[in-house]
Order: sequence, then C-alpha cells, then structure tokens
Amino acid sequence: MTVAVFFGCAFIAFGPALALFIFTIARDPLRVIILIAGAFFWLLSLLLSSLVWFIAVKASRQEEATAQKGLLIFGVMFSVVLQEVFRFAYYRLLRKANEGLAAISEENLSPISIRQMAYVAGLGFGIMSGAFSMINILSDSLGPGTVGIFGDSQYYFITSAFMTLAMTLLHTFWGVVFFDSCERNRWWAVAVVLSLHLLVSGLVSPSPSHRSRAVRTHNTCADKRP
Amino acid sequence: MPTQSRHAQSGNRLRTANHGHGGRQRDQRSHRAALHSGTRRTHGQLCGLKAPRVTAANFHNENTNFRRRSEEINNKRLRGSVTQNISLSDHRHVQGDTELNGQPPSTRVIQAEDDDDEELTLKYGAKHVIMLFVPVTLCMVVVVATIKSVSFYTQNDGQQLIYTPFREDTETVGQRALNSILNAAIMISVIVVMTLILVLLYKYRCYKVIHGWLFISSLLLLFFFSFIYLGEVFKTYNVAMDYLTLAVIIWNFGVVGMICIHWKGPLRLQQAYLIMISALMALVFIKYLPEWTAWLILAVISVYDLLAVLCPKGPLRILVETAQERDEPIFPALIYSSVPDQQAEDDGGFTTSWVGQQQHQLGNLQSTEDTRREIQGMPSARGVKLGLGDFIFYSMLVGKASAAASGDWNTTLACFVAILIGLCLTLLLLAIFKKALPALPISITFGLVFYFATDNLVRPFMDQLAVHQFYI
Repeated sequence: MTVAVFFGCAFIAFGPALALFIFTIARDPLRVIILIAGAFFWLLSLLLSSLVWFIAVKASRQEEATAQKGLLIFGVMFSVVLQEVFRFAYYRLLRKANEGLAAISEENLSPISIRQMAYVAGLGFGIMSGAFSMINILSDSLGPGTVGIFGDSQYYFITSAFMTLAMTLLHTFWGVVFFDSCERNRWWAVAVVLSLHLLVSGLVSPSPSHRSRAVRTHNTCADKRP
Repeated sequence: MPTQSRHAQSGNRLRTANHGHGGRQRDQRSHRAALHSGTRRTHGQLCGLKAPRVTAANFHNENTNFRRRSEEINNKRLRGSVTQNISLSDHRHVQGDTELNGQPPSTRVIQAEDDDDEELTLKYGAKHVIMLFVPVTLCMVVVVATIKSVSFYTQNDGQQLIYTPFREDTETVGQRALNSILNAAIMISVIVVMTLILVLLYKYRCYKVIHGWLFISSLLLLFFFSFIYLGEVFKTYNVAMDYLTLAVIIWNFGVVGMICIHWKGPLRLQQAYLIMISALMALVFIKYLPEWTAWLILAVISVYDLLAVLCPKGPLRILVETAQERDEPIFPALIYSSVPDQQAEDDGGFTTSWVGQQQHQLGNLQSTEDTRREIQGMPSARGVKLGLGDFIFYSMLVGKASAAASGDWNTTLACFVAILIGLCLTLLLLAIFKKALPALPISITFGLVFYFATDNLVRPFMDQLAVHQFYI
C-alpha cells in the first residue's frame, strides 16, 4: 500500500464527482449551498437509520452471527428506504425554496431550475454517500499493510473505489429521475428508483465476490444514464 | 510616511474602485458621454476625440494649469469621485462586532448590512454564504490537517490551562463529570468577566486600553504560538532548522501579520492571517482543554452567545448598539470581513473649493447610488462579517472530532457538514432579521449532535457495512 494506491483509489472514487463539482457547481454559490444541504439530508437519513439499527442490535442477542447479518441487511434496507424518503423531503424543500427565489427576483424567474437542483441534490447525496463509504478506507491505504493477507480478496481497495464511484453516479442519476418524476406525478418512476436502489444496495451474495458485484452495479449504472 | 500611507490608501481605493471593474468603466464612459453632450463644442475639431480632451478644453477657459495634466487628473478625478461615493455610501454599513482575540474569546456576532433593498440582499445572500464558507472551511482544514499529522496537539502532556484547574484523570466517572463541570464553569465565568470588562472599556471610551490589549494578544499569537507550531511541524517531519533562519521566518511572519491585522494590508493577506491565528488558537484549545471540559465549554458558550447577543441587557448587544450609535467600526482586528472596510477619506489633492468650482461649472459629475446601480445592474460590493471567535470554536469542534473520534474520518466529515449547514441557516436568519445575530448556537448544536451521533451510532453501522461490502 502506497501513496500511489491512495491517489489511484481516491481519483477512481471521487474523480468524476470532483470534476462535476469543479465544472458545474463551484462557480454558482446557490448550487454549492444546495449541494451541501443535500449532503446534510443524506447524513440525517443515515443518522436515523443507524439509530434504528443500533437499537435493534442492542435489543437482539449479540452472539449469533447470522442474526447480526440479518439485522445488518434489515438495516441496509431501512437505510435505503429512509434515504429515498429524505430525498423526497429535500425535493419538497427545494420546490418551496424555488418558489421563494422566484418571488423575490426581479423578473419572477428563479435563478435555478428544478432540474438543475435535482442534479445538484443528487450529486450532494452521492458525494456524501461515497465519502462515508470510502474515506476510512483511503486513510487506511496510506499506512503500512498488505491487502488480503489473511485470505480475503486483494482487490478490496480497488473494488471499493469502483463501487463508490458507481454509487456516487447512481445517486446523481436517481436524484434527477426522482425529482423529475415527482414533478410530473409519475409515482411508478419513483418506485422504480427506490427498487433499483434496494437492488444495488442488496447486491450481496453470502460469499461475496467483489468483482462480480462491482460489474453488476456498473451495469445498473450504465442503464440509468439518461 | 505620509506618502507611503497615501500610496497605500490609494492602493486600497483603487482596489475598491476596481471591484466590479466593468461597471466602473461603463460609469466613466457614461460620464464622458455626459460631458460630451454637455459641452459647447467651441473647438469643433475636438468632437470626435476622447473625453479628457473635451474636459481639458473646458478647463482651459478657467485655469491653464490643468491643461498640462488634464488626462491624468480627469482619470484620477473620475476614479476618486467614484470611490469617494462608494466610501460615502458604505458609511451606511452597520458596523459593530466584537471579539476578544487571543484569550478565551467570548462570543461573536455576525454583522447585518444595512440595506433597504431587500431583494438584492436576499439575491446576493448565496454569495455571502460562500464568502464565509470558504474561510471557515480553510480554517477547519488547517486544524484537521495539523491534528492528524502533528501528534503534539493530541498528546496529553499533563498540562492544562490555568482556567481549567481540575484534572479529568480521576477514578470515578462521577468525579470526572464534576471536575469537568467545574472547569467549564470557571472558563465561562472568565469569558463573561472579560466580555463585561471589554464592554465597559468600550462604553467609557478607553480605546487605548482596548487596543493595547488586542495588540498584546495578537502579538502573543503571531509570534509565540506560531513559533511553537512551526517547531512542532519541523519535529514531525524531521526537518533540520537553525535558530537564525527560524528567527528570521518568525519575525517576518509576525511583523507582516501585525501590520495586516492592525493597520492596513491587502485584503487576502489580512484574511489569511486571521484564518491562521484562529486556527492557532483552536489548536491551543484542543491541546490544553481536557476532553469532557471541551465539549461542555462548547455547549455552554453557545448558550452564552445566544443570551449575550439577543437579550436586551446582553453585553454584546450593548456593545453593538453603542458602536452603532457612535457610527464607528469595532476592533477590525477581531472580525473577519469578506470585503475591505471603508477606507479613510482622502481627497487626493482636490480641495473642496476646487471640487465646488468644478461642480458649479460642469454640473454634478459625481455618480450617485442610483445612477451607478442603473449602469452596473448590480449593487456595490457588500460584505458580511464573522467574528474570529466563531472561527475558533468551529475549528475547535471539528478538530476535537478528528482527534477524539477513534481516528474516524466520518465523524470529522459529519461535523464539518453540520457546521456549514448551521452557518448557512444563521446567514439565512441574518438576511431575514437584518441585525447582529449569534453565529455559534445553531452550528455548535448541529456539530455536537452530529459528533456524538456519528461517533456512537453511525460508526459501528458503517464499519459493519464496510466489512460486508454493502453500499448504501
């Protein structure tokens, strides 16, 4: 593990998100605020879902590994559902803010459209989700050690980086699709987003094969591209 | 010296004048257009030539002196008049904030800009938020980077500040809790007393005492603390350094810092120095405050901030209102300002009689707020101010989160986002209420909630997810 691994994984995981940020968001203060607020909403959803998981774990018998695994899967599903709920809540907040911005501007036109807000909000969710998944791994990769010395996969860092990249982009796309379908009252599309999110997060087989999971997720990512 | 100060002043003025440079140019062109239409065109061949010649033609009738340096004077006058108007209009800014610099800072307030045009204020609110996000982020990044790399600031040397005499390495949890409560109580009372002294000194116009106090505390920060910091950084990276070079470096750093903060300097440099001293102070707090005491102090000080700024008899509110009555800025050394402060009036050599005479002949050439707005299509630069104590406590929270949270970066990130959102909400309230507001309560509350929640609830969850390679 070297600085090369650190930079490689960091740029795999966060390169596109960083590029999107620099080229489309950094110039406009309003978009930066929406991005950070999106990250905050994702964080809130994570907080609540981990509270629920924590209570469930404490209430259960802690010795059995299968029970813990089951609780973890339940935690993941609950977290996904809660994330989508918070995405909807953020959508409502942004709608209201949009009307407010339009009202106070000179030509009664909001400086930002709901589509741009959808993209920025999705990216906010994605960046925060990716950061929470990847940052500890990245900081570990700077230190000494060997990946998979005890028989686990040696590609742990690379697959994590690719999965983080996929999740970041997926969140962005889901944000756009979600907001658009909420605007047009297409609730089936919202359900599709939710189920796809559940599918991607639940793509875990009992004996995890990291590479295949990454491939499956990337296929989902490719299909989602509008 | 006078010429240097004039040069610095004109440098400052030019900076303000060049802000919105395109607008000024249009302004000048419109003035020239006005001049063109206003002149009698006695010299027909001068019609097509640029304005300075036209105005020179008018001057020629009155005073031959001006013809020689007509262009230069004209440009300087236009610039000077424009900047004078800016500095005059900026007088309307409500200034008034306070912060104790080095020592245990009390509380800080955010400035509200006096703006009767609410629409423009809210429209540019997002810009102001970013103008504060960037320095707050930079300060936090400096603190977190130092904490993670230089182990000195996380080592427990057994030393504590004199304001927190009780030790936390006791046998029982109850004893520890009691000690930390006592420590926090002592610290807060020290802060309250210092704030009261400051307000009293300000009210009875003992400016020299206040300035001396601020001078000494920033001297301490810029020389002594930065010397220690630099020494520890060198130790961490095993850099060999001789005392002579170190003395030269620290001397230069400190002197330039004192000049920038207490006198005049480029805006960016002043902002950079303010960020650096806030970071240094936060690092001192992180090192010398024991664990539970630090969290308690953060909680209590945000409550104190709320009371001191919003209660009618709160010391900071009295301070702000006194400063507003006297129409003077308070302690520019203690406030981070996103735009340059109003510059001193400098007539640039144009006496009032000359200006009056010129106005009499040519009509009012000075731009007014309305004409400038019309032409530029946007208001003049208005900034927002944040006290240094806010920087210090935000960075202290994030630094403590990164130092104490079992090496977990998620906690640091969560606290960072929470503080930024708190700042955003506070600025939103500022835009709505338009008066000085405490910047600590919302951000510190969010920060504390997210720190404890992330450290105790989210961290185990995320660790389990990472082990089983779940991505949510």
